[in-house]
Amino acid sequence: MRSLPFLGAAIVVAVAVFFAAALVGNEYVYFAGYTVLQFVVLATAWNILGGYTGYVNFGTAGFFAMGAYSTVVIYKTIKLPLLLAIPVGGVTTAIFGLAMGYLTLRLRGVFFAIATLALAIVLNTLIVNWSFVGGSRGVYIIRPRDAAHFESYVQFLFAVMLGLSVLAVWIARMVEQSRLGRGLAAIRDDELAAECAGVPTLRLKLISTTLSGFLMGLAGAPFPYYVTYVDPGGTFNLAYAVNSIAMPIIGGTMSWIGPLVGAVLLGTLEQVATVTISSELNLLIVGVLLVLFVTLAPNGIMGLVSARRRKAKPNA
Amino acid sequence: MEVSLDLFLNAIAAGILLGGFYAAVSIGISISFGMLDIVNIAHPAFIILGSFIAYIANDKLGADPILTTIVLAPAFFLLGAGLYQIYHICFERRGREALSGLAFFFGILFITEVSLLLVFGVDYRSVQAAYIGPAITIGLVGIPFRLAVPCAVSLILVGVVHFYLQKTFTGRCILAVSQNQRALQLMGANPIRIKQIAFGISIATAAIAGAFLIIIQPVEPSIGRDYIGRVFAVCVLGGMGSIPGTLLAAMILGVAESFTATFYGPSWAPAVSFGLLLLTLAVRPAGLLGR
Amino acid sequence: MPENILTATNISKHFGGFVALEGVDFHVATGERVGLLGPNGSGKSTLVNCITGTLRNDTGEIAFLGERIEGLVTHQRIRRGVARTFQIPRPFRSMTVLENVEIALLYAGHAVSHEGHTAAALAVLEQLGLRNQADMGAGQLTQVDLRKLELARALAARPKLLIADEAMAGLSHTEVDEILELLFQLNETGISIVMIEHIMYAVMKFSQRIAVLVAGRKIADGDPQAVVKNPDVEKAYLGE
Repeated sequence: MRSLPFLGAAIVVAVAVFFAAALVGNEYVYFAGYTVLQFVVLATAWNILGGYTGYVNFGTAGFFAMGAYSTVVIYKTIKLPLLLAIPVGGVTTAIFGLAMGYLTLRLRGVFFAIATLALAIVLNTLIVNWSFVGGSRGVYIIRPRDAAHFESYVQFLFAVMLGLSVLAVWIARMVEQSRLGRGLAAIRDDELAAECAGVPTLRLKLISTTLSGFLMGLAGAPFPYYVTYVDPGGTFNLAYAVNSIAMPIIGGTMSWIGPLVGAVLLGTLEQVATVTISSELNLLIVGVLLVLFVTLAPNGIMGLVSARRRKAKPNA
Repeated sequence: MEVSLDLFLNAIAAGILLGGFYAAVSIGISISFGMLDIVNIAHPAFIILGSFIAYIANDKLGADPILTTIVLAPAFFLLGAGLYQIYHICFERRGREALSGLAFFFGILFITEVSLLLVFGVDYRSVQAAYIGPAITIGLVGIPFRLAVPCAVSLILVGVVHFYLQKTFTGRCILAVSQNQRALQLMGANPIRIKQIAFGISIATAAIAGAFLIIIQPVEPSIGRDYIGRVFAVCVLGGMGSIPGTLLAAMILGVAESFTATFYGPSWAPAVSFGLLLLTLAVRPAGLLGR
Repeated sequence: MPENILTATNISKHFGGFVALEGVDFHVATGERVGLLGPNGSGKSTLVNCITGTLRNDTGEIAFLGERIEGLVTHQRIRRGVARTFQIPRPFRSMTVLENVEIALLYAGHAVSHEGHTAAALAVLEQLGLRNQADMGAGQLTQVDLRKLELARALAARPKLLIADEAMAGLSHTEVDEILELLFQLNETGISIVMIEHIMYAVMKFSQRIAVLVAGRKIADGDPQAVVKNPDVEKAYLGE
């Protein structure tokens, strides 16, 4: 399917999801749905650098927080409406991703991964010590009560996240099927051989990191309005790192469908678990699932699906 | 900001003592990452595990934390050996260490931390021992025993590991396998078995270092994360698998952190190790004494 | 066109205390077939890596098609027409054979339309006898076909110079002849070829000139028959 028809189909699905949620009539659906959709964006973003290019990013929390705190800074200074603050958050994080990539992508993949963790922690420390955005005590964001054309501001946030999910999935699919995506796959499979086949590996890795960072920043930008109290502990939460890695791995890292499937399934499971059991146990389940899938089903759910399909239809 | 000689000297002393401890904490990574190229990002989880086991033994039985972990070291060794077996079958053999192996260890780190959280909660735990309270003063410098004893035992541990690697047959096989796996096979040793032993040793040292940790400071499950940066910073700065290098790098880190905490405040401490790591990777990735 | 397609002068490369290459001069004339010999560890792969840019030489100059290339990154050199195969094949395992070749066409090949890529890739596979395996996963190929895939990927980049690094190691006699035939055909289309090999039969049959490296230094360079009879060369291979 070419990319514009796909975008159209994705928008239709998103609108359908929106009205289905509206039918439930309970505001809680928007809160829970927002979190699941947030993970769709984060997982999809992570997978562009992780699954497509083969570089593990442990610092998702840092990128996410960058988007969130960019909105906080805007809120405390020029007070742009959310729809304008979101691209700013995305671009800021993209620049951060580019800079980080430039410093670390010449290193082996292993050092890149550790460097991403390092940067997240350094960023955390900087924010903790920056009193303008509240430091360790955090800041309060006043969430507007209503939004034009929507029943409530939360419903509006839900719609915003739906839109960002559509955008993320659309971009991921376009990358995957483009010349860029093939180059990234070559880098993932064998970076040295890719370079010797003419692939400009450093340039493509930088693009991948920047794009991934951009999408993560977009995911983080509306967060202050969602959560209303922004502090480093809640924003730099390791749960973001583990989920953005677990969801693509469980769903399948080879294509755009995997992170989507992983985020929806695991995200929903977590929402249920947090309410019924405890949030720590919930995280434990995520960790266990991650380890189980990565050892036993490394191609994720989509990998199992396509393996079953191949067995049913032995081909030439 | 006034820099008194008193403050300055105490910062150095604390830094050096801390550095000795950091060497024990990092020696396992020097083996697993520096020599075997396994990115065991879960290493700090085993340190914390060691801390909590020492805590239980101390709390319930009044046992000395260091002795506890030394006695239990074989169990941790077996745990490490088993973990390596899984890692080898699932990742090394299939050539998927880069993405999947890393994710695997990250999952292990996470599972360990959350499990400890579920069992022990977020409270800080500490141990009681005769040498934790007292301190001696030499001139302007105060030396608390709770820093000095772990530092001394750390240095002994590092020395033992170094001796083992240099002088015993298995130890030399471990050094050999880090350089050239095929040559080792020709020597008649099984490289997989050797790596298993090495990884087991790395986990055992982590657990023992955990006992040192809980003597130095109270421990709660999530402080393992602070140590990811420290162990990799020390390993890389020390030159990836050089034991003397690890010791030197640990000292440098200890002093750097101590100065930062004394003069800029403790909230900047986590950034020091990671900052040092990033700096090393940018400027001299081979480390100080790298091969 | 300058007489030499590749001129490497005074190449040295050190790894810490270890000297991998010391003052090596190596050239390839346009359209020439050169054999590069030497015991394991003599520096052949290091030299190749310096030529392709995977490693930076510590001293010396490298000129390709008359222009200095030391400042260029590997993929830039590939785009200019240098190509190499790997001693141990390095296929892109998540892709099919066809897709493997298309990568080289997409990135190093020149000015082919998007639809044309598949057709051009199939043509390359045809040339190397891999047409039937086009849709197979690259990881499922036999050893000799993996070697051919290496050559196919190198060829798709439209090289002017091809460095074949032990393309025939471990193959049967018939398979060696297959690869040898392919290399001769490629040379006939104008590609200069450097063959790094331990299989003397192939090297002697193929090379117009042979250079020999031992312990990082070049000890012989000239007519194959003369080089093979050179006492230093004999000593290097058979020991003292």
